[in-house]
Amino acid sequence: MTHSATLAAPEVILPAPRPATAIPEAIVEVISDSGEGAQRCGQSLGAIAARMGNGIWTTEIIPAEIQPPARSVAGASGIRIRMGSGRITNGGDQTELVVAFNEQVLIGRVQAGELKPGAKILLECMWKTHRDPAVVISYMKTVEALLKDGFEVYEVPLEDRCRELVSDPRKGKNMFVLGILCNVYGLDDDLAREQIARIFGKKDAKVVASNIKLYEAGAAWAEANLDFKYCIPAVKSTVPQIVVNGNTAIALGVMASGMDICAMYPITPATSASHYLSEVFEKIGGLVHQAEDEIAACAFAVGASYAGKCAVTITSGPGYSLKQEVIGLAVMAEIPLVVVNVQRGGPSTGQPTKVEQGDALSAIFGSHGDAPKVVMAPNSIEDCFYSVITARKIAETFGMVVVVLSDASLSTAQQPFPRPVFSEAWLAPPVDMTPVPVGSKAYDWDPMTGLSRRLQPGRAGGMHTVTGLAHDRNSKVAYDPAINEEGLRARSLKLAALQKTLKAPPVFGGDSGDLLLIGWGSTMGAIEESVTRLRAEGQAVSSMHLRFLQPMPSGIREILARFKHAMTIEGNWSDKPEDELIDEDNRRYSALAMLLRSRFLVDIDCWSEARGQPIKPGDICRVAREALKRRGALS
Amino acid sequence: MSQSLSSCVIKLHQEHHALEDYQGGVPRWCNGCGDNAILAAMQRLCADENLAPENTVFVSGIGCSSRLPHYMKTYGFHSLHGRAFPVAEGIKMARPDLNVFVSTGDGDCCSIGAAHWIHALRYNMNITVVLHDNHVYGLTKKQASPTSPRGLKSNTTPYGATLEPMNPLTVSLGVQGASFIAQGVDWIPEVLYDILRAAYLHRGFSFVRIIQRCPEFMPKVFDPWLHDPQRTMLLTHKDGLTLSPGIASAYRNQREHDPINIDRAREIASLDDPIPVGILYRNPDAPCYEDLRHAGQLRSPEYIRAGLDREFDKYTVWPEGHAEA
Ligand SMILES: Cc1ncc(C[n+]2csc(CCOP(=O)(O)OP(=O)(O)O)c2C)c(N)n1
Ligand code: SF4
Ligand SMILES: [Mg+2]
Repeated sequence: MTHSATLAAPEVILPAPRPATAIPEAIVEVISDSGEGAQRCGQSLGAIAARMGNGIWTTEIIPAEIQPPARSVAGASGIRIRMGSGRITNGGDQTELVVAFNEQVLIGRVQAGELKPGAKILLECMWKTHRDPAVVISYMKTVEALLKDGFEVYEVPLEDRCRELVSDPRKGKNMFVLGILCNVYGLDDDLAREQIARIFGKKDAKVVASNIKLYEAGAAWAEANLDFKYCIPAVKSTVPQIVVNGNTAIALGVMASGMDICAMYPITPATSASHYLSEVFEKIGGLVHQAEDEIAACAFAVGASYAGKCAVTITSGPGYSLKQEVIGLAVMAEIPLVVVNVQRGGPSTGQPTKVEQGDALSAIFGSHGDAPKVVMAPNSIEDCFYSVITARKIAETFGMVVVVLSDASLSTAQQPFPRPVFSEAWLAPPVDMTPVPVGSKAYDWDPMTGLSRRLQPGRAGGMHTVTGLAHDRNSKVAYDPAINEEGLRARSLKLAALQKTLKAPPVFGGDSGDLLLIGWGSTMGAIEESVTRLRAEGQAVSSMHLRFLQPMPSGIREILARFKHAMTIEGNWSDKPEDELIDEDNRRYSALAMLLRSRFLVDIDCWSEARGQPIKPGDICRVAREALKRRGALS
Repeated sequence: MSQSLSSCVIKLHQEHHALEDYQGGVPRWCNGCGDNAILAAMQRLCADENLAPENTVFVSGIGCSSRLPHYMKTYGFHSLHGRAFPVAEGIKMARPDLNVFVSTGDGDCCSIGAAHWIHALRYNMNITVVLHDNHVYGLTKKQASPTSPRGLKSNTTPYGATLEPMNPLTVSLGVQGASFIAQGVDWIPEVLYDILRAAYLHRGFSFVRIIQRCPEFMPKVFDPWLHDPQRTMLLTHKDGLTLSPGIASAYRNQREHDPINIDRAREIASLDDPIPVGILYRNPDAPCYEDLRHAGQLRSPEYIRAGLDREFDKYTVWPEGHAEA
């Protein structure tokens, strides 16, 4: 069905507002060329819904290039917003409503299967009358194909309407679209105006006023021209909530941990954490150092940690590879260090703006030799914040490197969580400068835990030279076989000492059953949502999500034993059993599956995809059903 | 009044340190290795300046030269090949109160660590750097380094090094922000000491290239310079080196050079025969990165909490009825 009559017709003021259909949740996308402000529009929509008390999750769709060619499939830039009555933990399955600024950017989303059959498409229709006949033909053909595929296309004169209000309609469209969407989902006008004032507040009042005008025009247009309207009942939270994305949460976590120094080198998708930190860290006496490369950034952080409080370095994929040698040095010299790796598609330059969980094994086993380090993976936006605080604490308590594996999906996703209440216990203690007796040992390894007290510069009596060479308890270079093993043992035991303090991961769903889905990191929301759906169908499926990949807490073995089958769900590569050459002798399993199989000697299967997209709950449901069916356990 | 009284008390409590207080393990360098002279000058400098060993850190990379921290009795950080500079920068940024020194080799600094070297000059942090330039890779047993003379037969250049050597002085002087560039030779210890002392006293990144003999792998290459004092040109100035009568009469090839004059410094830096020795460039007014970044601030928990709450405020959705700030 097409609704192009609205293009030319004058706006009709309907006698009564159209009735709103109550729905539990909605998935909307705004897709444009890059630079047209789709993300700002979507983030605002999410923020307004959150302020109304809706659960939200926003996922950004980011092209790899800064200015990809306009009107290109690969150049699609945008955002998905999922809003619901309850808490939303992931981007969901398929989009029900898309606003597209041109037909090309829409094509990519359609081809990727991101649109629900019959989805509503609000499409900018200026292309229909474009002076380039090729553009007109492309537009008409696409609309025709979309209609044939059963989508509902609404042609919207976005730019034409905006031109009536502002001189650069291309820049103003996004607020017009915000008006349309707020109207469609019945969001509060006053909150929307406040939100606009907030985003443009740094500029002058004129800018705010003109954007509010655009917003109002969009809302009026929708009211007059659209025949659908929804309402997602919201329950306002009783506690204050903050709405930020994962990278902002990480930066806030750095501030809250009491760390003083972050050293970094720009790399997508980690950079925005450092951007935000650069803006605010100095206001509380912290510092972001942009080093000449990632090796230097890591070495700078190690130097800072050695002499002061634990420092952090933030990076992604290729930058993480570059840091490996310095990470090994920190392991060897037992210097605390927090390394945040916001994972992206790999190997090599891979997919800079796309999500992948490809770095678990290199995080655990990276750097040459036996280099034990702690690896943790935040599983929500809130967890991004608290993970950094925990990481700093572990790093300093155990004199270890702690790797925090976030990813491109968490980096830009927004989700409200209870506003943290500051605690002094989050902060790093000041450097201990109390003198020690001359001859104190630099590494007085505890025979049981491998732990030793740190002697930092400034402590009289504690002078010694730390080294990446094998060394004895006095930090003296040693090539003695027994001393070499003594150091290796101590550094390894620290992991065990930490492991003893970790709690078994909770099981989501039922305590036992036919199938246990196991995940780590950003996929928690999608996995748990699929468990909820499957259990509603009567399947005995549960899930377990690991926050610590290294060391793994005790209790996992017992949990595995309570399920007939277990399989990991991961956003990385694993060989597909259906490929001709792949068999049990050569199949490369996903990272977590490999780790669990080797530790627990249990035949744990895996399902993974590395499509650069967040894993969808619907796909997990399908995979789980297939797994149950294969094993004759499908109810 | 009260201030001077308290500083007086502090002075009284400040321990005096003797040379032994800086002498760590017995150096394991080859006999006649120039690194010994550099170490001796460093230890003497620390004693003369009475640097508190607990507040002094010697940082190094990897190489024969980078073993120097082990032979000091201060704090030390023997890091990775090429990475001494960023480690030292991190230390200085976290703790600007510490005296930070760097020992690096010609491979360590000019090859694997070259990017860090250029940027370290640019950051101009208050760190004293000694480049032990023996024109060869010592620790890994004789491979060509970026400063190896053309034609040098080494294990990786058995038919002779093919490239022109890099000149660390001209490279350093080409970097915007560089503030102290000097050159010494290990075989004139008195002048070496004076240069290191000037480097230490300069507030900024003091880069001292020391031509260092490696009798093991580069035997006799500097003998012509050792035997003919005319082939060493001492740079003198009231703002640079002033020579003792003994040195002045032994080394008569002298040249007045005002270290503020960068153009002249670059000219002198390009000379390789005679070898210029002294302070080529010094700009006491170049700002230090740690000062520009306000390093070393004390932060109370309350200060952090207030800052964090300000940020939370920006993103908070308040419950119904809450009066928004
Ligand atoms: C990443 C890395 N690559 C290579 C080495 C091997 N290596 C150790 S020292 C060195 C060169 C040392 O030469 P230089 O810096 O001139 O120091 P010298 O021994 O001459 O004082 C090399 C190549 C290493 N330790 N680390
Ligand atoms: S090999 Fe050369 S540089 Fe190394 S210790 Fe021996 S003489 Fe010194
Ligand atoms: Mg050398």
